[in-house]
Amino acid sequence: MDDLDRKIITATQSGLPLVKEPYQAIAQQLQIEPELLMQRMQAMLETGQIRRIGAVPNHYKLGYAANAMSVWNVPDDKVYELGQQLGALSFVSHCYERPRFLPEWPYNLFAMLHGKSKDEVAEKVKQVVALLGEHCAGYELLYSKQILKKTGLRLKEHSPK
Amino acid sequence: MDETDRKIINYLQGDFPIDNSPYQIIAQELGISEDELLKRLDSLLENRTLTRFGPMYDIQKLGGSFSLCAIRVPAERFEEVTQIVNSFPEVAHNYERDHDFNMWYVLATESLAKIYITNQAIEDKTGLKVYNMPKIQEFFVGLHFQA
Repeated sequence: MDDLDRKIITATQSGLPLVKEPYQAIAQQLQIEPELLMQRMQAMLETGQIRRIGAVPNHYKLGYAANAMSVWNVPDDKVYELGQQLGALSFVSHCYERPRFLPEWPYNLFAMLHGKSKDEVAEKVKQVVALLGEHCAGYELLYSKQILKKTGLRLKEHSPK
Repeated sequence: MDETDRKIINYLQGDFPIDNSPYQIIAQELGISEDELLKRLDSLLENRTLTRFGPMYDIQKLGGSFSLCAIRVPAERFEEVTQIVNSFPEVAHNYERDHDFNMWYVLATESLAKIYITNQAIEDKTGLKVYNMPKIQEFFVGLHFQA
């Protein structure tokens, strides 16, 4: 990432302008050619620095009221295979392997589950239990009670020296 | 939210084009005018049905660091500890969850060292142990929420 990429990121991380030619508008703001801006953004898409360009719905507003962080204890030598399978389920939004802290935290596989009700999530949990089968040594669901802070992720204008 | 709004929400969770007139392309595919698409997008953002619209950056691939961290906060100290944790600008999200591990926050920093420094400072200020749980492997990120 060079200085220009960083400028592009800071100019677009809060969103694309809702005008007919949004990339031209950003390019003008950055005083660069629109073609250069589009090339740079295309390149960041190809390297995965931009995951995608699009809309993020507020899932609560769409009726997804039950959102649980599910945590699973599976053997370390199976976590890759099981994580791939879990991440492929349609109702899982994020799926990661994370470190355990034994004995108080035995879980190494995390998956966010979303449903319109806790009953719907419970149905989905059953599907995960069936999928993991004998490899699952335990699990828990941690429902969110309240959002204490949510500022989103922001890069600063200049990198620290 | 009507049928057209639903179509817009579902459609825009895919890939938005990098093009001179990207809204025109999407509007055509949805069978509405570009002006109507822009107007509806504006109100969907305004009424918070959409939380954002634009490029989603992967902060880790940009050289930044991310970590999910948890604290077991005694009930009587919850408010005080929330204030301390939220006061750090590196804390991007913080959620209360229904568990003995009841506080879960995400750190977003420009370096891995800063993750450790921040958690150390949080431990010093709260006197509580921070469980730092950065991802070891990522299996999936994304989800299409059907509107």
